[in-house]
Amino acid sequence: MWYRSASFILDKQEQQRKDAAESRPLSPVSTAMTENPSANVSMYYQTRAAHHGVVTSDWLAQAQAAVAGNAEDAAVENNASAGEEKGKKFSVVDEFNNWRKQPELAEAVAAIRALASVIRSSQAKTMMELEIELKKASDSLKSWDTTSISLTAGCDIFMRYVTRTSALDREDFGSAKFRLLERAEKFGEISYKARRIIAMLSQDFIFDGCTILVHGFSRVVLEALRTAAENKKLFRVLCTEGRPDRSGLRVSNELAKLDVPVKLLIDSAVAYSMDEVDMVLVGADGVVESGGIINMMGTYQIALVAKAMNKPMYVAAESYKFARLYPLDQKDMAPALRPIDFGVPIPSKVEVERSARDYTPPQYLTLLFTDLGVLTPSVVSDELIQLYL
Amino acid sequence: MVRHQCACKILQPTNTSPDTIAGGGCFDAEETGRKTIGGCMKDSGEDRCSGKGRCGNCGGKTAGTFGPCVLSQLSQSGVEMKGWTESKFLLSCNKNPLCWVTELHHPGEGGKTAGGNSANTTKSAKPAPQKKDNSSVAASERKGGDRQTDKDRKKDVPHPRMQFDDENRVEKAKKRSVVKQAEARNRVELFRHLPQYEHGARLTDLESKFFQLGPVHPAVYKVGFRYLTGDISGGNARCIAMLQAFQESIKDYSTPPEKTLIRDLTSKINCYVSFLIECRPLSISMGNAIRFLKRRITSLPLNLSESEAITSLVSDIDRFINEKIILADNVIVKHAVTKIRDGDVLLTYASSSAVEMLLLHAHELGKRFRVVIVDSRPKLEGKMLLRRLVGKGISCTYTHINAVSYVMHEVTRVFLGASSVLANGTVYSRVGTACVAMVAHQFRVPVLICCEAYKFHERVQLDSICCNELGDAEMVSRVTGREDINSLDGWTSSENLQPLNLLYDATPSDYVSMIITDYGMIPPTSVPVIVREYGREYLLI
Repeated sequence: MWYRSASFILDKQEQQRKDAAESRPLSPVSTAMTENPSANVSMYYQTRAAHHGVVTSDWLAQAQAAVAGNAEDAAVENNASAGEEKGKKFSVVDEFNNWRKQPELAEAVAAIRALASVIRSSQAKTMMELEIELKKASDSLKSWDTTSISLTAGCDIFMRYVTRTSALDREDFGSAKFRLLERAEKFGEISYKARRIIAMLSQDFIFDGCTILVHGFSRVVLEALRTAAENKKLFRVLCTEGRPDRSGLRVSNELAKLDVPVKLLIDSAVAYSMDEVDMVLVGADGVVESGGIINMMGTYQIALVAKAMNKPMYVAAESYKFARLYPLDQKDMAPALRPIDFGVPIPSKVEVERSARDYTPPQYLTLLFTDLGVLTPSVVSDELIQLYL
Repeated sequence: MVRHQCACKILQPTNTSPDTIAGGGCFDAEETGRKTIGGCMKDSGEDRCSGKGRCGNCGGKTAGTFGPCVLSQLSQSGVEMKGWTESKFLLSCNKNPLCWVTELHHPGEGGKTAGGNSANTTKSAKPAPQKKDNSSVAASERKGGDRQTDKDRKKDVPHPRMQFDDENRVEKAKKRSVVKQAEARNRVELFRHLPQYEHGARLTDLESKFFQLGPVHPAVYKVGFRYLTGDISGGNARCIAMLQAFQESIKDYSTPPEKTLIRDLTSKINCYVSFLIECRPLSISMGNAIRFLKRRITSLPLNLSESEAITSLVSDIDRFINEKIILADNVIVKHAVTKIRDGDVLLTYASSSAVEMLLLHAHELGKRFRVVIVDSRPKLEGKMLLRRLVGKGISCTYTHINAVSYVMHEVTRVFLGASSVLANGTVYSRVGTACVAMVAHQFRVPVLICCEAYKFHERVQLDSICCNELGDAEMVSRVTGREDINSLDGWTSSENLQPLNLLYDATPSDYVSMIITDYGMIPPTSVPVIVREYGREYLLI
């Protein structure tokens, strides 16, 4: 409401005048972004797109080059000057990228594997040194892609685990290091297991003859549906197209392979079809402290329609996606933009809303399926307090 | 009326006709309609026995004692008396008058007799330390909820607060009180359970007593006086002032002979607390602080010397003030500042110290925002906040609460303070806060509560009526500085007019988006989690 009011217009004009007056003190900003050249485009969503094969890697490289030409040059200079000290940092990010390219691996697990490789290759002699190194590596990972919540959450969880065990540790350094590595490996397994647990828990909610509305490409949700199909349940799936990723096409492919009757909808047809839907099932990019979720653009819309028509909305998310964020409204998060292709050239004067995700407040969610069990949204904060405080 | 002599021979019979039976009770069966006659009036100050006990036969409660007289009646009627001797009293059961028991409870012993302790006006000041003892001893390994026996659970049930509409209790409390107060006239029926006194008389009375108040330390007296005049107001300020006054009194403390430090100091603190309550009822945060102090006193190791104990207590109080209030405020400000963006229009109500610190800090960080301060009579606390903010150069708008729905469409965030947050997420704060939060919710503006964690309480409150505080009714009828508005002059003489000046109200948790505490930003549903996880921690520090 305020955006339309007189005070906003006045404030904005004042802001524009101030910006014009202040000219260009922007160089420090660009040099700070040495690690992540494409600051405008969210790497997280680009990678997901790469998994889907919709956006090719050439395109990606071109997009990056086009978007941040100057920043890249500056980055190159910085790299050369920094020398080997940055070598380690870069290796973390490279490692991470390597892991992340695998389509079956979750972001957080990739992050933890990268941090594990830091431990492996570290030359620290004491626990404190190792912790400091890990902290630096984790910070660089986080700053490389500020938009990915599961990445941040995964790093935080691992750091938390490290600081906790080191407090209790009385053995020598070598065995402590070994234990950390072991834990990092186990975490990868936990992630796979988490998906299976969630799939098992959601079986109780998928009954014969039900119609499920799915939005976005979530591997957890797919696992749940796959398990249901294997248990010979009869259900059908409506999936939204999910522009601009076109994730719905991918989902429908997978489901067709499983012989599950699937129907594709364009995003605008959700309210039209909501009558015949029994439940909505989505994944989450991140679960925030209020119990709400951050997910692909369009989830909030579907949640509103489902609430208005009294349909339950279920979220399937692993527990490492719980993050200590607390957005108050849609704009309260770090922006994650991605390019949208309309198929026809758009005049440059026209603004395009390019945000890739939205926030669904907890009052629209019925239950969360996590590897900790089936939870209500208020329990998320409970878990976070126990984990982080 | 036939009066029998009590078997302890204290009460003399008024009627000594030969057919009265010697030994035994107070009132005749004809008088009371019950067969329970008798009872020892010794030390009770009542003309009715209040000796209580349990019937050994059927377990029912007993009323009075039978004297030997009745015994003879019983034996005449053929009821068998086993093991009865002349020196024993028998207590009869309310259920069956011929039931008896051999126990005797002296009146006034055990249990909670009428009139209670006025020091227990705050909720769990007393039973709570007991509860913590039980649970920490019984289940120190177990995390979270412990199963308590029924007996323990009964102890947990907090002593009912002083019921001001019960005549007897009010009389008793008055006898014990230090501050002589006259009850206000023309009180609203719905709020009769809350104390309300005539404002002016108390001050002069208290002043005159300044040099005579033996049991109350001068520092505590000063603080109480400042509460009365309204000099100190605001949860944090009152709590800090009270703790510092206690610190002074502990520094000047010396154990009297033949008494232990722990017990004597605890009783002294109780005495101070009851004095402060008479000046102004305690807020919930002050109750928590007192609980903390008492816990520290009782957990002092017995082998400490007096000076060591005193220094330890003094430093504990310092640590509490520092960690739970001052540092907590810094952490709150640090978290909350991330929620203020450039171009924001922030609304706040009345004056909260945490919100003020937040706004000043955000301004120092260079964020550009403007503030709307909503204020209300009769306290008009927002004016001081306005003065301070404008002095620092923040652009402010000042309006009265009537206009809150008019301004709300421009507002992007609402920051409110709290006197306390209760276990179901209800925010207990200055009256008017609920109104502002409701309007904000209607306009879909997020409401953020800034509250330190020591103000959380495990109580649950569903409305603003059962627990509240009544202020001075004169303030409502008079407008300072506007003598021409005098239509309410002489309201005391009108019987139909009952002015009401409430000080607090309860905001339901649905209107609150987030609570910012020193433990981070939490949704209102997580308040009991913090109480559960950290409640023990700060009591034991």
